[in-house]
Amino acid sequence: MAAGQGFWGDDLEAPIRQVNGGRIDYLMLDYLAEVTMSIMRKQMSRDPRAGYARDFVPLMERVFPACVERGIRVVTNAGGVNPLECARAVADAGRRAGAGGRARIGVVTGDDLMERLDELLAAGHSLDHMETGRPLAEVRDRVRSANVYLGARPIVAALARRATVVVTGRSTDTALAYGPLAWEFGWARDAWDPLASGVVAGHVAECGAQASGGNCSAEWWSIPDLAAVGFPIIEANPDGSFVVTKHPGSGGMVNLRTVKEQILYELGDPSSYITPDVVADFTTIRLSEEGRDRVGVHGVRGRPPTPFLKVSVACSAGYRAVGTLVYAWPDAAAKARAAARILRERLDRLGLTYERVLVELVGWDATHGHLVGEPPPDLPEVQLRVGVRGRDRASVERFTREVAPLVLTGPPSVTGFAGGRPRVQEIVAYWPALIDRRAVEPGVAVEVVEV
Amino acid sequence: MAEVRLVELAHARSGDKGDTANVGLIVYEEMDYPLILKMVTPNRVKKHFKDMVKGPVERFRLDNLHAVNFLLHGALDGGGTVSLMTDAQGKVFSTALLRMKIEVPDEVAERVRGRGRHPGAGAGDSL
Repeated sequence: MAAGQGFWGDDLEAPIRQVNGGRIDYLMLDYLAEVTMSIMRKQMSRDPRAGYARDFVPLMERVFPACVERGIRVVTNAGGVNPLECARAVADAGRRAGAGGRARIGVVTGDDLMERLDELLAAGHSLDHMETGRPLAEVRDRVRSANVYLGARPIVAALARRATVVVTGRSTDTALAYGPLAWEFGWARDAWDPLASGVVAGHVAECGAQASGGNCSAEWWSIPDLAAVGFPIIEANPDGSFVVTKHPGSGGMVNLRTVKEQILYELGDPSSYITPDVVADFTTIRLSEEGRDRVGVHGVRGRPPTPFLKVSVACSAGYRAVGTLVYAWPDAAAKARAAARILRERLDRLGLTYERVLVELVGWDATHGHLVGEPPPDLPEVQLRVGVRGRDRASVERFTREVAPLVLTGPPSVTGFAGGRPRVQEIVAYWPALIDRRAVEPGVAVEVVEV
Repeated sequence: MAEVRLVELAHARSGDKGDTANVGLIVYEEMDYPLILKMVTPNRVKKHFKDMVKGPVERFRLDNLHAVNFLLHGALDGGGTVSLMTDAQGKVFSTALLRMKIEVPDEVAERVRGRGRHPGAGAGDSL
């Protein structure tokens, strides 16, 4: 199984390299992040045929011939909030690529709860925020999308119906990997250990090259040929154990360091990695180096899942804007801070208030904060970065007009304003919640679209 | 005893979950794992970050990988698209933790000196 995309916007050529670089049976493509669904819903509100990862369609047009000739099957969450429309577009691409009559697309639906939201709330599913505990009713009128994370079962069902391409909406990233493994090896629903191992495979693969040398902090300079980085390949066994590798001749590297870093990425409690199908215990993972660019993974233990599924709700939460200016030597940081004080004083005099105003000096403290201490007077240059957010759009809008004037009305040796006025963005906040799976699972369906 | 930065003993990766940043800290050499467990406690990490982390710091052990996972709650100004921070997704809390200094026996300091930094970085470590 080859991983071809780590997010929507990842290396467009990576899936092609995965298909052409060696033998594979499955290609998994992860396109969705926490707030991607709300972006897609906004796109669909403007165009009812949009709302999915459009990049996926031209990609499929390129790989369809290999899929039908070599039996490669593609599993992806590219469907976003409009998986059926995505499948139709992919079917068209398949016909253009000469796969007409030779392929089928399985479409998973039922993750989208937006239309059912009031019905669910009325039935007592309060969808409390998992961190703050607040009930969703408080922000009901600001909800922009609500999708439940689905697991492997609908993917297995689509593969059982001989789908060449499986398109889902909001499925978990890891299910794109362990779904095909569960189908291929016929894992039972209670095959906890193999399923948990498949979850680890998915977690390792879901971020693409982050497992094969990309963004690796261990002696990063020693990682070869990242320009042609090989995305991860999972060689899985029926018992769930697997080897992480990459195609021969590709760039990057796979070793204990690169794999461990990815295992720890965005991890919570390692003993309870919760998915819709199994709870995996990452403290049971055993790794072994099995030759160049090969890491073995075995021993993973799993236990039954919880009665809940996770819901990803996106709600509108006001507006934001970020403005920047660059100050040069001498006293670059002192000038930038003086400019920030002047800006705040002007905003105060205008009577503008915000939920939050953040001042950072990019080139000094923007990422490591107070850990770097006070800037030296000889700092060659620094970028002043000021962000505001608030509920009132007009106040944020006015802020965007107060940054550029600092060039003529503030401290000297300032530049870097050619990008123009900052843009006002709507904030779409992520609201994670849990729902009784029995309220959702009956609505999950698989449809087949013929190419 | 001598002082070393964590960057000489371990590598790290970080990411986000809502308003929480996680940092996975992985020792280069298995023999240094007990030292990390002893010296890089949740309290020490909280003191290191001060007000960069508004909430508690949790630590989870992964003895199998010779690694620990830290959850830094309230580190991301609300997280996701709400956050105004340059590092809204907590991607470089990893190296922010690797800045931390700990006391180690002289022979450990001698063994790890200069590791984790680009060979061209020079001896400058004033920041």
